[in-house]
Amino acid sequence: MSTDNIKRFTISIYAENHIGLAGRLMQIFTRRKINIDSLTTSESEIEGIYRFTIVVHISQNQVIKVVNQIKKVVDVMVAFYFDEDEIVYQEIALYKIKSSTLLGSNVEKVVRKNAARILYVDKEFTVIEKTGHKEETQELFEKLKPFGILEFVRSGRVAIARPMPNLHSWLEEVGLTDKFVLNAKK
Amino acid sequence: MEKGKKSRKVTGAEAVVLSLVAEGVEKVFGYPGGAIMPVYDEFYKYRHKIKHILVRHEQGGAHAAQGEARVTNKTGVAIATSGPGATNLITGIADAQIDSTPIVCITGQVASHLLGTDAFQETDVIGISSPVVKWSFQVTRAEEIPWAIAKAFYIANSGRPGPVVIDITKDAQQAEFDFEYQKCEFVRSYNPIIEVDLDQVKEAAQAINGAKKPMIIVGHGVLLGDAQKEVLEFAEKSQIPVATTWLGASAFPAKHELFMGMVGMHGAYAPNLMTNECDVLISIGMRFDDRVTGDLSRYAKQAKIVHFELDFSEVDKNVFADYPVLGDCKETLNFLNPMIIESDGREEWFARWKSLYEKEVETVINDDVNPPGKDIRMAEVVRKLSDLTEGQAIIATDVGQHQMITARYYEFMDTNTNVTSGGLGTMGFGLPAAIGAKVARPDKEVVAIIGDGGFQMTLQELGVIMQEKIPVKILILNNEFLGMVRQWQQLFFEKRYAETEIESPNFVLLAEAYGIKGKSISERTDLDGALKEMIDSKESFLLEVMVEKEGNVFPMVPTGASVAECRLK
Repeated sequence: MSTDNIKRFTISIYAENHIGLAGRLMQIFTRRKINIDSLTTSESEIEGIYRFTIVVHISQNQVIKVVNQIKKVVDVMVAFYFDEDEIVYQEIALYKIKSSTLLGSNVEKVVRKNAARILYVDKEFTVIEKTGHKEETQELFEKLKPFGILEFVRSGRVAIARPMPNLHSWLEEVGLTDKFVLNAKK
Repeated sequence: MEKGKKSRKVTGAEAVVLSLVAEGVEKVFGYPGGAIMPVYDEFYKYRHKIKHILVRHEQGGAHAAQGEARVTNKTGVAIATSGPGATNLITGIADAQIDSTPIVCITGQVASHLLGTDAFQETDVIGISSPVVKWSFQVTRAEEIPWAIAKAFYIANSGRPGPVVIDITKDAQQAEFDFEYQKCEFVRSYNPIIEVDLDQVKEAAQAINGAKKPMIIVGHGVLLGDAQKEVLEFAEKSQIPVATTWLGASAFPAKHELFMGMVGMHGAYAPNLMTNECDVLISIGMRFDDRVTGDLSRYAKQAKIVHFELDFSEVDKNVFADYPVLGDCKETLNFLNPMIIESDGREEWFARWKSLYEKEVETVINDDVNPPGKDIRMAEVVRKLSDLTEGQAIIATDVGQHQMITARYYEFMDTNTNVTSGGLGTMGFGLPAAIGAKVARPDKEVVAIIGDGGFQMTLQELGVIMQEKIPVKILILNNEFLGMVRQWQQLFFEKRYAETEIESPNFVLLAEAYGIKGKSISERTDLDGALKEMIDSKESFLLEVMVEKEGNVFPMVPTGASVAECRLK
């Protein structure tokens, strides 16, 4: 693997919701020994079309080739890759701490200062939620650490392209708009 | 689906066969087993419509389907049962994927309620095949069968062709439903047809018209795109010499005055060196495989690259294209040809080619074709076969020295006649692929040229020749070595011949056991007569020629070297 100009790229894939497709997409990365930083998938704004958001740390040259291979998969509509500054993105993190630590500590202040929120409280434990970039959720993690974190989980990245080629413009370009039902229009 | 169309109740298994009939399939290669038995019951009922050919190992079925596809450009079909039947197909599927060969493989699967339970002969064939298929689908309901098979044929043989696997659970084969068939012509996530950008063609034409020392490399895409005529017109009009890749062989007449031979590791001397001397390199339907390019960082750096390509992911993948022309090459060349300025020759450039060619003739070709020694050389056998068949035969090869010698010395004059395993380099490919080719083109002479090593990988398919009386000719070039590996051991491992000496059974007796006529020769004086006897035979014939044991294939571009460092000895 060439190490020239390794950067973080976000790959957006629009694909049919077919069994085995996720595996097929993963093979494109594993075959080239590319590690995936995060992966998120959910139905897109178009009925039946799923959106995969994959974050990788590779060179520009590699990302172009990988995205071309992804586009070639029969069940994939189209795929794009983005630099960090070409997208608006977010992740969500959940932190579980003992409820007893809330008493007589400044956990509440930490939560407020970090624009996090308390999602759930019971006698035993409390769940705190924070959305943001990885650096931000990590920062909160460090701050909560002294109070004892019982569990921590962070989602993959979800990303929206800034005004850039997206599925709609691509559909128009290839004249396929009438083949899809926009969920938003339902 | 159209309304008012007549439908009738059939089982899923019958639907499989009816779907194949609807796709125009006349022959399939396969092997029965538990999970595919309902389909076989229908093959029995429909045996007047579809000829099923029983192979002796599923790998042979896949290769035979490939052989059929290669010589007809139609989709070949292989059938296997679940578990080991399906896993045995995998090598053939991987081969078809890397060599863009349209085949549809139909596999049986355990009943859907048993999926994931480690049932008898259950294998996740969709999972196992996934990295090496163009598309695959597991059918668990009978209703999905016509749709899945229609889509399979459409995907396998549109755009850049490839293998498709349809895995059908046994309960889906047994369930009844209303059958209707409609060919697939559109898949919304898949756009195999690329609209030609005329500006790309114009820019390419400009670069080509301005070239002083251009050369053309023709690949498999020209055969797949049926653009042989267009390439010929382009080359003749522009007077640009033409080389082919190994899979491109038979796309351009080998005796044409503009034909330079093959490029790559064991290609001809002139086109390899001229790759690094030309000013414009025009590649048509080829993918700059490492066996073609040698060291990429020193490949055609001085040249502007014009790349005619259907598959967008191949553009800039290995070699940066200054002038990419995306699209079906038949179409793009038809746009290009009128823009090409007629050339009246390129004296200096051709003189360079001739001088390099003569050097190769003096140092390699003369000795290969008219060996000074007593031992028969592979090259003289292949060249004699080429002359005897006037370059018109379909030649199926296995993998190794005999294959590269065939590439160099068989002068392919008819198109779609080269059946070989290029990208995957699958030993054992030759015999079953030749069977598939002969079944598909009974009108053509089909000769399988195979080494003593590769032949022993799939020789069980002699049983198919026996049972179906397929008049395939088998030419075994026996050097009592795994020759290509031995050559590398000689050149790069100080002659440590680790496990490359191989003993063979008496091939003539073996053929006889299968009811196939055979002959073995080791004297040059017997060669002409034996080849003629083989070609003249109306039935299958196995000819073993004992050849020089430690013969080498030259020219050679060693791994990691530049094409300019092509060795003549």
